[in-house]
Amino acid sequence: MNFFHYIGQYLLMVKGMFSRPENSKMYWKEFMRQCSDIGIGSLGIVTIISVFIGAVSTIQTAYQLVSPLIPRSTIAQIVRDTVILEFAPTLVCIVLAGVVGSKIASELGNMRVSEQIDALEIMGINSKAYLIRPKIVAALVVIPLLVVIAMVLGIRGGRYAGGMANIISDYAYDKGLLQNFVPYNVIFALIKSYVFAFIIASISAYFGYFVKGGALEIGKASTKAVVISCILILFGDYVLSALLL
Amino acid sequence: MIEVRNIKKAFGGKTVIEDVSAVMKTGQCNLIIGASGSGKTVLMKCIVGLFEPDSGEILYNGKSFTAMKHEERTEVRKEIGMLFQGGALFDSLTVEQNVMFPLNMFTKWNQKQKSDRVNEVLARVNLVDTNKKFPAELSGGMKKRVGIARAIVMNPKYLFCDEPNSGLDPQTSLVIDKLIREITTEYNITTVVNTHDMNSVMEIGDYILYLYQGKKEWEGNNKEIIFTKNKLLNDFIFASDFLHDAKEMRMLEERGKVPPGLDLEGQNPQ
Repeated sequence: MNFFHYIGQYLLMVKGMFSRPENSKMYWKEFMRQCSDIGIGSLGIVTIISVFIGAVSTIQTAYQLVSPLIPRSTIAQIVRDTVILEFAPTLVCIVLAGVVGSKIASELGNMRVSEQIDALEIMGINSKAYLIRPKIVAALVVIPLLVVIAMVLGIRGGRYAGGMANIISDYAYDKGLLQNFVPYNVIFALIKSYVFAFIIASISAYFGYFVKGGALEIGKASTKAVVISCILILFGDYVLSALLL
Repeated sequence: MIEVRNIKKAFGGKTVIEDVSAVMKTGQCNLIIGASGSGKTVLMKCIVGLFEPDSGEILYNGKSFTAMKHEERTEVRKEIGMLFQGGALFDSLTVEQNVMFPLNMFTKWNQKQKSDRVNEVLARVNLVDTNKKFPAELSGGMKKRVGIARAIVMNPKYLFCDEPNSGLDPQTSLVIDKLIREITTEYNITTVVNTHDMNSVMEIGDYILYLYQGKKEWEGNNKEIIFTKNKLLNDFIFASDFLHDAKEMRMLEERGKVPPGLDLEGQNPQ
């Protein structure tokens, strides 16, 4: 029964976000603040992860391709498709669930515990619309951009690693990148990133918004938000792959 | 004026507020007192609509708040200012931005008009040179005063204060009490204060509602409360021997002033 209670509460929260803004300018400002927090705040970690993932993919693919019959440019093809299809959208979003999700949950949880959300309600402001909607919309705008950046950096990281380890020349790598390229893979990755962005922002907001208690509960809510988001991302990854590939 | 009619509220089968009624008049400080866990905050949250009462009715100037639609309630809420126990200031905003927040949200004033209004209310609560400070840099008393400034910046008709003196020293508590009293009279608003601070009760209690285990146990004002014969209320107010002795002295003093034939203890409705 609890499961249905949580689902119902979550759906009501999402429904409650859709109301006319009391002041569009204030909502816009909050949206921009969230874009900056999510985007700029996560850019560093996304860059580091993407470059290293690409690099490791190149080295490990080369390690497994032992046959001299397979051209070296195949490494680049495999790295490209792995990064675009899986690493950039899924892995980056799992990391973002930790970075962004815990931030959203703890921010809202702290606002709930310190009665700031009540203060907004008393002023006549729809707190769900003002606090949660800009976070979700910002996540939907910024996370796919981060995923695109992760794709580019992952592929570049693979190129650098291939060159430095003398696995594959830059020329062969670039050639491999262009071979058998399927543009739909990028669209598929973007669809995944939109779904994951919604999961990260809305699940974290749910756990933060409805927190009860004090500092300990805020910590627990953040952890729950990250864990549930990660599970849903992996589940969503499987479902989307089964449906769209 | 706010009327509370037969409010009941339970959480998970446990009744927290049981059949409480009260009339809170405009221009006076209406106090809800009671021990911790007696239901003061729940009652206040029911009155402002943060909790939905299970039964009963709340009327703002004769209009049923409980029967209103969401949009109508939003309009009433714009006339409500509330000071929360911990201040509930937005951590990421400065004092000026905190106080300006309702103006930014609900008015089309230009920056100068908003700044002037913010400075006016900050001066009214005796806060100067704090505009650029963040809540984390303020003392408890200052936070409460910023909370009051934010609550009154939109010229509300109703002011709610949830334990305005909690965590404050006696002197600062008096300053806050005095401020609440002055603002109530000056703006002619209906003020509702949740407290268990006896100084506040004596200082600003124009109307006092005493809750005991979620029920209305007593109502009266700060003059009547001294002479109450209600045992539960007496035990609550005069919990220490010192206060008990002070009450005895005050009663003796008052007896000397009372015309013959009037029984002071008989004044209390209960």
